[in-house]
Amino acid sequence: MPQYPNRQFLDFEQPIKTLYEEIEKLKQTAEKSKIDMSDSIQKLENAIIEKRREITASLTPWQRVQLSRHPDRPYTNKYIEKMLTNYVELHGDRNFRDDKAMVGGFAQLNGETVMVIGHQKGINTKMRQERNFGMANPEGYRKALRLMKLAEKFNKPIITFIDTPGAYPGLEAEERGQGEAIARNIYEMTRLQVPVICVIIGEGASGGALGIGVGDRILMMENTWYTVISPESCSSILWRSWDKKEVAAEQLRLTATDMKGFGLVDEIVPEPIGGAHWDYNEAAALLKTSISNALEQIKNMDPEVRVQQRIEKFNKMGFWDELPVESTQVQ
Amino acid sequence: MKKELEENIEHNLTGDEETQKEEESQKRSWFKRGKKGILTSTADKKETPEGLWSKCPNCNYISTTKDLEEELFVCPKCNYHHRIGSQEYFDILFDNKEYETLFDEIISKDFLHFTDLKNYQQRLDEIRSKTNLKDSMRVAVGNVNGKKIVIACMDFEFIGGSLGSVMGEKFSRAVDYCIKHRLPYMVISKSGGARMMESAFSLMQLAKTSGKLSQLSNAKLPYISLLTDPTFGGISASFGMLGDLNIAEPGALIGFAGPRVIKETIKKDLPEGFQKSEFLLEHGFLDFIIDRKKLKNKISDLITLFSN
Repeated sequence: MPQYPNRQFLDFEQPIKTLYEEIEKLKQTAEKSKIDMSDSIQKLENAIIEKRREITASLTPWQRVQLSRHPDRPYTNKYIEKMLTNYVELHGDRNFRDDKAMVGGFAQLNGETVMVIGHQKGINTKMRQERNFGMANPEGYRKALRLMKLAEKFNKPIITFIDTPGAYPGLEAEERGQGEAIARNIYEMTRLQVPVICVIIGEGASGGALGIGVGDRILMMENTWYTVISPESCSSILWRSWDKKEVAAEQLRLTATDMKGFGLVDEIVPEPIGGAHWDYNEAAALLKTSISNALEQIKNMDPEVRVQQRIEKFNKMGFWDELPVESTQVQ
Repeated sequence: MKKELEENIEHNLTGDEETQKEEESQKRSWFKRGKKGILTSTADKKETPEGLWSKCPNCNYISTTKDLEEELFVCPKCNYHHRIGSQEYFDILFDNKEYETLFDEIISKDFLHFTDLKNYQQRLDEIRSKTNLKDSMRVAVGNVNGKKIVIACMDFEFIGGSLGSVMGEKFSRAVDYCIKHRLPYMVISKSGGARMMESAFSLMQLAKTSGKLSQLSNAKLPYISLLTDPTFGGISASFGMLGDLNIAEPGALIGFAGPRVIKETIKKDLPEGFQKSEFLLEHGFLDFIIDRKKLKNKISDLITLFSN
């Protein structure tokens, strides 16, 4: 992960940057004057951790959204590298082309084979374009489905990593059936015979997220969001202005805590103090523990029961009132 | 040639009608009215009964509403299929306009206390009193040329036919009803997409409804998805595109992302006919396009083919 001075800081992370700058000054002074300043430096380093804790303790929903998009935040490939072994990336949907916004392949988790699939964002400007900012086209969803069916054939559990600002809203995406591709994935995922664990590792925007998001256990990392539309688009449609994204983020109740509270996700995966971008190893270790535990709960179930429970799990979601049924039934 | 006005599909999901109409009329007019308000004195006002005449939005042909109804709300001049609601579809499809509505008792509530420019509960109350509809979808069971079928149909008037918890739950119970009574299932879609005021709960309806379709599929019962103008977002990304047969009315706009969003993304004009049913048929996403006047017979034919 990037170290100071290559770290990037969000506006609300600026106090941390200031502390880093102070450390830097002390180091320079120490070098020039040959005075030992390690005590002061240590204090400042502790202060950084304290500041990280302080900042994440009182984040607004919109700040969580910002954290989920932090330019230093780890993406799918990073977690695969840190959590799994023997990863063999598999390409293509066997139909149109290889979508680089969606990656996947076989790998081993604690020595057992799993199929891992996820949205992938780029780590620099050039790569971000190549990965289409994590916005998959229909062929991305169809590649994901191909890999899921492959896992099902060989009875391997599936792990998906969700991190997308949405499915790509392009002209060609429509021509190739973006709606159909996502619909097909959602449908097939409800009936997969193998265990499926889905994790929101960054942005969970709408159908683009749910297109690889139907499983037996849904986990959500601490600093991520998951809802029906991005706060920006929601603001532009419902408030008729792009300036209400903060309010939209609040109203949408899109944080991990909200989603867990609603029973729409099963577990919140803790992140390193201040967010996953502060320590990739720790973030991956925490995630690995959560996934391993979740898999343990479902892997030995009878496949039919598991599918039935999966369908039932989603069938329970929603809220409504029921009026008293009128006594005079229509013929 | 007349430049077609692009509809803001997403805007239908706000539940506000007036602002869109206002915007459209602003785009249409190239002159500005000098004096605002009604200048005719009340004494000179001429009364015209409401809803007597209908103008075709496509070719401007004017006919009486009664004539149009006899034409099943299809323009006799240009075959434009007017947008109609569940009441009209049920009347068109079910024999002698006889059917039993199901699950009417399920209604939306503002569980999240969602407030945008207006409170969600207030929106619901207003639309309910204005439209006499309880939500954006109604389910009915009845006979189509003597063959029994369950039909779920959306009402675009109700927050743009948006998919929320109530539509999901009615859909789910309709599938259970079909399985219990061994009946075919048909859904008539007309929607802007998911209902934002129900946030992630509305997103989860995509998974909920798809899971139920999986059960319907296991029961070997046919599911017909009829897509009408317009069908977007969460509907096309779930049960709208999951029919054993996906069919559509002519000229209907169908897609995942709305035309405006796509245009803003690619920064180019969209080709003519883009996202129309004919375009979808051409790209392999529909089994066929069906005129509203032939719909009833086609559905009963299909039921026969599936069941024989």
